[in-house]
Amino acid sequence: MPKSKSAYSVAGKKEKLDTHIIVVWVDNEAGVLARVVGLFSGRGYNIESLAVAEIDQKLNISRITIVTTGTPQVVDQIKLQLKKLVPVHKVADFKREDKNVIFKEMALFKLVGTNGKIEKAINACKKYNAVILDSTNRSKVVQVTALRREIDKMSNDLKKYGLVSISRTGAVAMTRGEKVFK
Amino acid sequence: MPKLFSGAEIVFKCLEDQDVSHIFGYPGGAVLPIYDELKNHNTVKHILVRHEQGAGHAAEGYARSTGKPGVVLVTSGPGATNVVTALTDAYMDSVPLVCISGQVPTHLIGTDAFQECDTTGITRPCTKHNWLVKDINDLAEVMHKAFEVATTGRPGPVLVDIPKDIQFQKTPYKKLRKKKKLNGVSHNNFSQEKIDELVHLMSKATKPIFYTGGGVINSGPRASELLRELVYTTGFPITTTLQGLGSFPGDDNQFLGMLGMHGTYEANNAMYECDLMINIGARFDDRITGKIDEFSPKSKKVHIDIDPSSINKNVKVDLAIVGDVKSVITSTLKTLRKSKLNFIKSNKQKTSKWWEKIQKWRSKRSLDYIGSEETIKPQYAIERLYELTKDKDTFITTEVGQHQMWAAQHYKFNKPNRWMTSGGLGTMGYGLPAAVGVQIAHPQKLVIDIAGEASVLMTMQEMSTAVQYSLPIKIFILNNEYMGMVRQWQELLHDKNYSESYTAALPDFVQMAEAYGCVGIRAKTPEELDDKIIEMLNTDRPVIFDCLVDKQENCFPMIPSGKPHNQMILGPKDKKETKITGKGRTLV
Repeated sequence: MPKSKSAYSVAGKKEKLDTHIIVVWVDNEAGVLARVVGLFSGRGYNIESLAVAEIDQKLNISRITIVTTGTPQVVDQIKLQLKKLVPVHKVADFKREDKNVIFKEMALFKLVGTNGKIEKAINACKKYNAVILDSTNRSKVVQVTALRREIDKMSNDLKKYGLVSISRTGAVAMTRGEKVFK
Repeated sequence: MPKLFSGAEIVFKCLEDQDVSHIFGYPGGAVLPIYDELKNHNTVKHILVRHEQGAGHAAEGYARSTGKPGVVLVTSGPGATNVVTALTDAYMDSVPLVCISGQVPTHLIGTDAFQECDTTGITRPCTKHNWLVKDINDLAEVMHKAFEVATTGRPGPVLVDIPKDIQFQKTPYKKLRKKKKLNGVSHNNFSQEKIDELVHLMSKATKPIFYTGGGVINSGPRASELLRELVYTTGFPITTTLQGLGSFPGDDNQFLGMLGMHGTYEANNAMYECDLMINIGARFDDRITGKIDEFSPKSKKVHIDIDPSSINKNVKVDLAIVGDVKSVITSTLKTLRKSKLNFIKSNKQKTSKWWEKIQKWRSKRSLDYIGSEETIKPQYAIERLYELTKDKDTFITTEVGQHQMWAAQHYKFNKPNRWMTSGGLGTMGYGLPAAVGVQIAHPQKLVIDIAGEASVLMTMQEMSTAVQYSLPIKIFILNNEYMGMVRQWQELLHDKNYSESYTAALPDFVQMAEAYGCVGIRAKTPEELDDKIIEMLNTDRPVIFDCLVDKQENCFPMIPSGKPHNQMILGPKDKKETKITGKGRTLV
């Protein structure tokens, strides 16, 4: 066994990581996003994607949706640490596999090329609610809403059909049915 | 029309409403309006430090020895950055601080103005919360909220950044009003079922142990009284963390001493072997647990803490009770008395074997050291200091390093709030300014900073503060000319390569004391030590005591890195272990 020269203990065995979607309701005030994001970077938690916008102008509430990975213990810590922040109202946590929750991301694709190629590209997008937002002789801008891995796949597949630029959002989440997270 | 007050006046009105009697600070351009207002407020006394870090640690000492929040006032830019170490220290050790910092005028924020820095950005990760007040109408509310956040739930530091133009602007003053609940406040609604479960576990346990921490002290003096009651009622052994010292009498038979890396043999072995561990207000710090995978493998673990995020952070527990220590112990005692009237009797038998085992560990006398007649052993110096001061109500602060661990091992505390040390962050230079803060809060009491010569040089300038305010603090330096703990690790783990841990060209501390206008005393031999300590105690002025100690002494017992509690190394007095350490390579 190699001799440890550290004043700290050695790292334990690695545990399995799960993907979770954390939703945080916060006061929309200066620096609040920095507090949330700083907590993640400061404690070494992961952020895969992030979406944030004000959802209630009267109450001044923003909703932050963060996709993260971690062991069950780390995900627990993330929730508990977030709840300690003063501007945080409530924190929800969903597993990515959760069937009762809808996850969506949006992407904008810019396609440039011959009509034939672009046509093929748009056909490939069809099942992801494709909307054509801009159209010229040589180009199209297409909006799709889908799951993260679907958009990943499309951005790969469309390359051969003249995909030149991608802009995409982080995931947002909403529970199914009439239940509201309290 | 209501009377209008300037921002600076509002700051003081809030301090008065919060019953603040002392603030520690240092003036500068961006806080001058507040300093200008100081003269109109007799109830708030300002203590001028020599460096903003000193202000922060002094406020920590003040807060820890009184239970009230410490208040710091600094200017923008370097004033604020200098206080960051103290804020981080207070954050790690859960000390309530309210830091007010000046900021450049609002129209200059973001322009790299003179002495501008992003104070709220810099202090965001080391405070519970911070505020940049950009509107004078928010100031009073923010100030009061700052005190509330600092002192409720798990206490900690907060910072209020006030631009200079806001300090001048005028507005009516909003009186303090009861606010609706905040995050961290409401975590005191544990259920009776949890208490019942705890009592059930306690009645079943044959090898129980209480493991208590700073949370007991933060819960107020009553919590320490209740803890004693609980420990006596159950007859269980108790060990405390570094920060928990004083919550239970250090000379009591049920007390196993401190646990952890430099804890006693009996405390650490009991933690390893126990079948029920009741953690009250401690946080399973890595200096306590050693190797996590092998931490107390056979025990059911109970964790009582006010901070929900402390639970299951490092160690998974079987029963978590989120609540204030005082309330939880009160409920536990009530339930114990109601349901288990003859608890003590039945339990004495159940735990008698356990106590026998503990006595066996105890008989190792793990804190013993080899005495000397020529040189002063550092442990001996602490023992003598303890013997000569134990009849007084003494307040001890420390710096960080070997002397800190020796103080924790050999000085026995009987009351809470008498022991101020930097545990979480491990800030060298903490003890001297902390002693200043303690003495401000307790002008008639004996306040001693047990120091190392390396640490104390980091904040030595605060001796000037002590002299200015006639604070008779005693700086008791265990001088071995080394950064002792660094030297110890280098000896044990880095093949005695003492890289940069020796301080050549140390100052003459006696002459230094005289230069500051205080008293210098030096002790060189064990015979003269008692007389010199008595001389120090009889001096009603600040004293720097230069105690020349054995340069090679190491702090034992110790859990080497990456090892569990039952694999401690003991000191050279333990012969069997000497052989092993003699081989020198068995560590880790």
